Order: sequence, then structure tokens, then C-alpha cells
Amino acid sequence: MSAEKVTGTPATAEDNTRLGQRVDRRRALQILIGGIAAGTQAATACSPVSAMTDEEREVKQLAWREYIKGNYRFMTEAERAETIARLERVAELKRGVDVTIQSTGAQPGVEFGYAFNISKCKGFRSCVEACINENNLDRNAATQYIRIFEMDDGVVDLDEADASFQHEAPAEGHFYMGTQCFQCADPPCVKVCPVGATWQEPDGITVVDYDWCIGCRYCMAACPYWARRFNWSEPEVPVAEVNTNQHYLGNRARKAGVVEKCTFCIHRTRQGRLPACAEACPTGARVFGNLLDPNSEIRWVLANKKVFRLKEDLKTEPRFWYFTD
Amino acid sequence: MHLKPFALSALHSATTGGRRYHMYMGTLTLIMLIGAYAYSLQLRYGLAVTGMNDHVSWGLYISNFTFLVGLAAAAMMLVLPAYVLKDVDFSRAVLMAEAVAVAALVMCLSFVVVDIGNPIAAWHLIPGIGYLNWPRSLLAWDILVLNGYLAINLAIPFYILYSRFSGRQPDKRKYIPWMYIAVMWAVSIHLVTAFLLAGLPARPFWNTALLGPRFLASAFTAGPAFVILLLSLIRKETKYEISDGAFSKLALITTAAAQVNLVMLISELFYKFYSPTHHGINARYLFFGIEGHNALVPWIWSAIAVNAIATIALMIHPIRRNPRWLVIASAALFIGIWVEKGIGLVVPGFIPSPLGEIVEYTPSLVEIAVTAGVWALGLFVLTILVRVALPIELGESRSPYIDGATSAPLVRPRSTRGLTRDVRPVRTR
Repeated sequence: MSAEKVTGTPATAEDNTRLGQRVDRRRALQILIGGIAAGTQAATACSPVSAMTDEEREVKQLAWREYIKGNYRFMTEAERAETIARLERVAELKRGVDVTIQSTGAQPGVEFGYAFNISKCKGFRSCVEACINENNLDRNAATQYIRIFEMDDGVVDLDEADASFQHEAPAEGHFYMGTQCFQCADPPCVKVCPVGATWQEPDGITVVDYDWCIGCRYCMAACPYWARRFNWSEPEVPVAEVNTNQHYLGNRARKAGVVEKCTFCIHRTRQGRLPACAEACPTGARVFGNLLDPNSEIRWVLANKKVFRLKEDLKTEPRFWYFTD
Repeated sequence: MHLKPFALSALHSATTGGRRYHMYMGTLTLIMLIGAYAYSLQLRYGLAVTGMNDHVSWGLYISNFTFLVGLAAAAMMLVLPAYVLKDVDFSRAVLMAEAVAVAALVMCLSFVVVDIGNPIAAWHLIPGIGYLNWPRSLLAWDILVLNGYLAINLAIPFYILYSRFSGRQPDKRKYIPWMYIAVMWAVSIHLVTAFLLAGLPARPFWNTALLGPRFLASAFTAGPAFVILLLSLIRKETKYEISDGAFSKLALITTAAAQVNLVMLISELFYKFYSPTHHGINARYLFFGIEGHNALVPWIWSAIAVNAIATIALMIHPIRRNPRWLVIASAALFIGIWVEKGIGLVVPGFIPSPLGEIVEYTPSLVEIAVTAGVWALGLFVLTILVRVALPIELGESRSPYIDGATSAPLVRPRSTRGLTRDVRPVRTR
């Protein structure tokens, strides 16, 4: 292994102090394991029984490099670029899909917020469908980030609500209330993660590094809004339906045994677009925007409507408000 | 150095035995193999082969983990009187209790490993090369205290046994301080595990200040109850002396803890049901069922009935002092607490979900097979530890390199029922 490869210096001073010696030691481990891997591969390549094609060998090598990489939050820009290149190549080799994975960071002066108009939502669930397609959600397990609860008029109680109604909406005498990840300002899920695989970004989005998650599901137990989903088996998305516009911390391919969640469509919203659910809503019940921009629609809603949040007593400070006309 | 003969002798002790012993170990091995196969299915197809889902995201594995942490902690109930209070009766039971702690911890760690979805990423937990979110995550605390407790409980008995094997008297100054640490550490492992659950406001069923004390009370019931069973078996099957005093004291500890456990249960039931609020909904599901969903109701009521009957029986002196009834009551308490702590604590925390949806949980066959495999592993480890410790304690196993090595047992004939200075595993004065 060449010397240039091992001396990766952290991109910023902040990264450097935060990790201190850690980077170097992990590097050492990577070199060690990488060396073993290379040795094994060389041995298999020489053996007469080896029937591996070049592509299979490349997939294996990439898998090794992926396995020993660090937590995305602590990676240098160069390391981030490396892992993204690898993941794009893996998608091409394994599934024949040409994906683009962004690593766009939080934009300065942006903090995302969401508002949901209860009087406008008619329970069509176009948002749910858009979310599934946009975020490459597992079709096999029918994973959904958004739940639309049908409630009887006059009763605001989730215990009495029905999120799996099968009849045509809107139904007489009912109203509808959507839930998803509320991107809490003080997220209980982040605090409990034993490996720091989930964290809150500066723009308020709580993300998961799928490759760093060990799948203990403590965050799922900690979430008061039931906003996290687990990949109980390998997620399946038909090749033709894969959304190739991806973000490392968002809708890229997940694997079995890791937790995932709504990221306010991080791959869209960090580029100034609306989340897929807000764009897909036919009734205009969903308002999304920058809380730090005084001229944004979300700020107008917060200033002019009677808003409330769910489970305020838990002090999680959701960035998701409900309101009525 | 006597390490090589020690290892050989340990291997000999663990692998030599009668037909029944080999049948027993063979059965355990078979169950472990079935469990390993079931786990291989889980590795291949993901946790989808279990009965867990996004609603009930922890099931049988974490339930057993929670219970077994208590069993591990309870070893201290013997360490405390033997070393801190210098109670001679207990000293012979301490090594056995520490073996129970080690076996329980091996099971705890195995249950955590089989529960995680991405086990090959477990190296992410190692501080230095990975990242341990300490002190913020209670799970990080749990990992530290469990592994620390395992290390202490391996090191102390190893030091004592190895010293004896090498013909030296263990140096009190070297291990007594660790014993004191182990006592406090035992409380910490179960308290931290309770806090792991109690610290989640999202789950009102666990989010109660009583959870930690309740965990300790149930641990100090189930733990000594299990040690009573183990010591009864050792007394019946081997020459190893265990005094009647040890049994009667263990029985007293078990009874007192079981009483406290029941008091805490009553206090919990009062709090949840006298003025029912939204926070009591999981308890309502557990004890009475909601809208026809009542999978756990028979379990929890049987567990409470068994616990109450066994506790009352132990409060009657003639029953508690009768060895046979003591064993039956101890077994009943052990099983009763397993159901109460296992099935009755972790699973109902998830039902209904925080958004009020009721999805019930039934463990799958794969899950049950893996669980049985881990239990077999624990019993296997426990058996080996006991088999290795006994001949050294009895003086039958000594290093061939020491002067005046003897293979003659140092114990007095069984009838004397007392401890001599020579064979006392730990000198307390």
C-alpha cells in the first residue's frame, strides 16, 4: 500500500481536533484489514479454482473498502468523494443503475420547517406515494415514512385514529392528520445512538449514516413519533423505478439491518426544491420552507395561524406544526 | 508458571464425566447447533425471519437480555455478605455465584449480538477505531458496565483458582478491593439497563422512576433463587460442601427480595390504574388487553400468580426450611420473574405504539431457536466453569510442579458440615 494513500489529512481544523488520534488509528486498522483483504484476493486470484470475473472481483474489493470506512460525519472531503465514487460504481456493477450521489452540506442561513394544514388535507395520500418513489423506499416491506391518520370530527386523539383506512377519502365526518419525522430540535433518537450513526445537521435535518448504523434499533424505541423504520430484510426497488438523484444521507440504497427515516428530501431541499410530499399534495395542505427567512411561507403560517405541535410536553421541539384555516 | 498444567487440568475437568454428564453436554451442544443454524438464517435473510416489526422493534432477544442482566447482577448478593460482611457461610458459594454471573453475561452479550441488524459493523462500537457515543447514550454505558463486570468476574475467580492450583494462598490485598468494586458494579449493571429503558419519554410504560428499583428487586429474587438451584445440584452431585447456613441465608434473601418485588408491583399497578391516564395505556394492554388484543394477558397474570404463591410459600418457615420445597419455590420464582421481566416488560412498552397503533408480537420459530441456543450456551459455560472450579476447590486438582503437590482432597468428611481454614475458598479473617 502506497504512502500517499495512508496519509489522509482531515479537511478542517475542527475535524482534526474533534477526532484527534482517532483518525490515524482507524487508518492503521484500515491498512491492516485492507492488507489482509488484498492478500486473500491475491491468493484467490492465483488459485486454479477461482472463477471470479473481473467485475465480481471489483465488487468484492469495493465492498472491503466500504466495510472499513469511517463515519460520514467525521470524513474528510476527500474521503467523502472516495466513498461516493465507490457507491456509484457499486450501483452500476450490481444493479446496472447509473446513480448520482450528492454530498451537499447544509446551506448557511437555512433551517427547515414544515407546517400541515389539517383543514385542507383530504386523506388522498398522494404524499405517501410520492415519498415512496422519491426516496427509493422498500417496495417489498411497503415501507412508508408518512402516515395519514383518519380521525372522527371532534376527537383529536391518535389512539382513536386510523392510519390504515382502506375506503375512499375523504370520508364523511372525518378529518385527516399526517405524521412523519418531525425533525425535532432536541431529537431523542440522536442522543441514544451508541455509535453516533445518526445526528442533526445544521439545517435541522436529522440524518442516518446507513453504513455506520449497527441496527440496534434503540433510536426507534426512543422516537415519540414513531418516525423511524428498520430494514428487516434487504430493501427492494425495481431497477426501472429507482430515483437516481440521490444524497448520501438521504435516498441512496440502504441495506438489510439498518435504520432509516424521512430527511425532508435532503437531496431536493438542499438545492432549493420542495420535498416530494409537499410538491405532490393536491390540496396545498403542506407548507415547507426556511424558518430563518422572514419572507418564507412557513414563517407567514407561523405568524398568522393558530399552530400547535404534537406532544409538546416531551420537549423535543418538533420543526413540524399543524394548523387550521 | 503453572498456566499450561492449569489449562490442561481445566480441559480435563470439563471433558471428563459420567454418561449422564456427556448426555447433558451433548444435548446442550445440539441445541446450540440448532440455534446456530437458526442464526445463520437470520444472517442471510435479515431480522425479517423474527416476529419483530417496526412497531415492536425489540422482542424475545432484548427481553432475555434484560432478565439475564439481573441474574448477573445477583451474584453480588453472595459476594456482599461473604466479603463485606465477612459471613463464612457464603464463602463457598461465591465462586459458584461468580460463575453464574459470567454465564449470564455471556448470554447477555450473545443476545445483544443476535439482536443487532448489522452485526459485522459491531466494530463501530470500539472506542478509538470506531466511535462510542459515551456519555450521551445509555446503551454505550451499558456496553461499558457489562464488559467491565464480565472482566471483574472472570479475573477474580481466575486469580483465586489459579493461586490455589499453584499451591499459593490467594493474596487478599490483591482481590478484596476488586470484590468491593464488583459489589457496586453489580448494582450499576442492572440500574444502567433499567435507565436504558426508563430514560425514554417516548415509552411511558418504562418512563417511571420505579423501574430501576423494580429491576434490582426482581434481580435479587431471581438471582439467589437460581443460585439455590445450582448449589442444591452441586450438593447432591458432588463432594463439595455447602453449609445449611448458606441455604437458609440465601432463602431469606430470596424471600425478602420477592416481597419487595411484589410491593413495587402493587405500587406500579396503583399508579397506572387508580387514576388512569394516557400514560397507563400500555399497562392496560398488558394486564387487560385492548379491543380484543390480549396476547400478553395470560402470561402476566400467570407470572404474578406464580410469584405471589411462591413468595407466600417462602414466608412460611417450615416450607422455606424444607430443601425440596425451597427448590420448587425457587424454580417457580425464577420462571415467574423471567416471564414478568421478559415478556411483561419489554414487549408491552411497544404496544400500543407512540401513535396509538396496536400491533401484537409473536416470536417466530427462528427467534425461539436462537434464544434456546443462547440459553444452552449459557448453561454450557456455567457447567464448564463449575466443573473447572470444583476440583481445584476440593484440592483434587493441583499443579504437578509445586512442592508437596497432593491429589488427596482437603475436605473433611461430609458429616462434619463445617468449614475448615484449609479448604475455605476465601479467608475472611
